[in-house]
Amino acid sequence: MTFLALEGLGKRFGSHVAVDGLTLGVEKGEFVSLLGPSGCGKTTTLQMIAGFVEPSAGAIRLEGRDLLAVKPAKRGLGIVFQSYALFPHMTVAENVAFGLEMQGVAADERRRRVGETLELVGLAAFSGRFPRQLSGGQQQRVALARALVIRPRILLLDEPLSNLDAKLREEMQIELRQIQRTLGTTTILVTHDQAEAMALSDRLVVMNQGRAEQVGPPHVVYERPATPFVASFLGRTNLVAGETVRPEKIVFAATGLAGKVRTRIFQGNHWLYQVETASGLLTVIRQNSGEAMPGEGEQVHLAWGKA
Amino acid sequence: MSSLASLRVAKAPYLLTLPALLLFAGVVIAPLVMTVLLSFHDWGQYKGIEPVFVLKNWHEVFTDSYFLEMFWRTFRVAFFVTLLTALFGAPEAYILNRMKSPWRGLFLLVVLGPLLLSVVARTLGWALLFGGNSGLVNKALMSMGLASAPVPFMFTETGVIVALAHVLMPYMVLAVWAALQRLDPQVENAAVALGAGPFTVLRRIVLPQVMPGILSGAIIVFALAASAFATPAIIGGRRLKVASTLAYDEFLNTLNWPLGAAVAVLLLVALVAIVVGSSRLVERRYAQVFG
Repeated sequence: MTFLALEGLGKRFGSHVAVDGLTLGVEKGEFVSLLGPSGCGKTTTLQMIAGFVEPSAGAIRLEGRDLLAVKPAKRGLGIVFQSYALFPHMTVAENVAFGLEMQGVAADERRRRVGETLELVGLAAFSGRFPRQLSGGQQQRVALARALVIRPRILLLDEPLSNLDAKLREEMQIELRQIQRTLGTTTILVTHDQAEAMALSDRLVVMNQGRAEQVGPPHVVYERPATPFVASFLGRTNLVAGETVRPEKIVFAATGLAGKVRTRIFQGNHWLYQVETASGLLTVIRQNSGEAMPGEGEQVHLAWGKA
Repeated sequence: MSSLASLRVAKAPYLLTLPALLLFAGVVIAPLVMTVLLSFHDWGQYKGIEPVFVLKNWHEVFTDSYFLEMFWRTFRVAFFVTLLTALFGAPEAYILNRMKSPWRGLFLLVVLGPLLLSVVARTLGWALLFGGNSGLVNKALMSMGLASAPVPFMFTETGVIVALAHVLMPYMVLAVWAALQRLDPQVENAAVALGAGPFTVLRRIVLPQVMPGILSGAIIVFALAASAFATPAIIGGRRLKVASTLAYDEFLNTLNWPLGAAVAVLLLVALVAIVVGSSRLVERRYAQVFG
C-alpha cells in the first residue's frame, strides 16, 4: 500500500486554479520533490498536506487513513518553513523541545531527545542561544531539528535552502540527504531549484500550472523529459528540428552540423559555447579536460548521438 | 580653501538644527527651568510671590500626608488604567490584526476614532454616561444584574480609571498592533504543526512575542495617565484630586504658584524616573531576544 496518497487533489482560490487534480503516491522512506516555477501549485500542495490550506477537491491518505479529517495539530508532520519560522523568544533547545512538550513527553526523555537531535544537525554547542544569535545556516538546522525531533511520519520541506548562499546550500543539501537516509523519514521537498531537487530526491514531480507534468527518478526525467515544459525547465536544452538535445551531449567533431562559435565562456569545470548554425543558435557544454578548445569565431562541426 | 569647505560641511548639521534647537530651548527648556526656580520661591497670602530661595514648598510637599495621598492616588490610577488598557487593548489589537480587509480598516478607525476628538468632549461624554444614579452605565449594569445598587462613578477613582482607560486605549492598541505586524505568520503555523492548540499558540507563541509591544504601550499609557488633566478634572472634580489637578488648583485657585510648581516638578521627575527606568528594564530584558 502506498504510504502517502494524493488522490485528485485540487485547490481553487476564487477563479484561479492553484492545484488541478494532482494524483501522487509516495512510498515509505522515499524522498520526493515537487519541482516547478513559482505559482505552479507546489507550495499549495504542501500546505494542503500540512493542513494549513483546505483542498477544494480530492483526498489525502496517510497509511490508508483520511488525513483531511485530522486537525493540523494532530497530523504529526514535521515542517521546515522557508523563513524557518523559529520561535524568536525561545532558545535553540526550547525551540526543539516545543513539539515534544506538546506531545507530553517527560522532561528527562525530552532533554535526551533534544540533545540527540541537536547532535545530529551539529548544533549541540548552541542549545542556549536565541535564533537571532545564529547564522542563516544554523537557523536552518534548528528548524530541521525541531521538525525531526518529534519523529514525524512525513517531513515537509518548503524551499528550505533558498535563503542560504550557494556554497552553504550545497553543503546543506549533502547533509540533508545524509540525515534523511539515516533516519529513513519519508520526505517531501518543495523547490523551484532544479539542481537541488535532482541532488536530493529519489523521485521528482515536475509541476506546471497546478498539474504534474512528469513524475520519475531525476536522471530519467532529465534524460527523457515527457513534455517540452519539462525539457526546458530541467537544465538547458537545444531544440534542433523538433528534437531536444542537451548541450552536454553535443561534441565538436570533424563532420556534422556546421557552425561558427559566437561566444565561449569558461566556467571552471566546463566551457559554455554558443554556436551559430543553420538550425539556429545552439548551446554546447564541454567538460574542461585541459585540452585546447575552439575559440570564438572559429568554424566547427557539431555532432550528437541519439538520446 | 578645502579645509574651510570641510569645516563648513562639518558645521552644517548643527546650523541646520539650530532653529529647532532654539525653539525647543525657548518653549520647553526655559519654562521648565523657570518652574523649577519658582518652586524655591516663597509665597504668602498677603505678600504674594517673593523671589527668594527657600525649601519651604519642597518640605511641605514631602512631609504633608495630603500630598503623599495625592501622588499615591495619581500613580494608583495610572497603574490601573495601564492594566485595563493592556487587558482590553492587547486582545483588541490581536483581533483587529486577524480581521479581513474591509472590516479591519473600519474597526481600526473605530478604535483610533477617539484620538480625533477633543479629550474634553470625550470625557464629558463619559460624565453624561456616568451621571447620577440613573446614568446609562448604571442602568445597564443593574439591568444585566452586574450591580445591585448604582455604582458611584462620578468623583470616584473608578470613574476616572474607566474614562482614562477609554481615552488612552488607542495608544495601547497601536503599540501592540505594531508588534503584531512584525510577527511571521508562519511561526504560528509552525507551532500548530508541532501539535499546539489555538490557546497554546496564543499563550506560548504570540503573547511572548508581542510582550515588548505591550510593555512599551504600557509605558506610554502610564505616563499619559499620570499626567492627564482634563479627564481627572471633569470626572474627579474638586473632590478627587490627582497631582496634575492639584498643581492646577495651587496655581489658579490658591494662587500659591511656588507650591504648585513644586508639585508639578515632582510629578515630572517621578514620571521621567519611572518611564526611563522601566524602558531600560524592558530593553535589557529583550535586547538579547529581539534586538
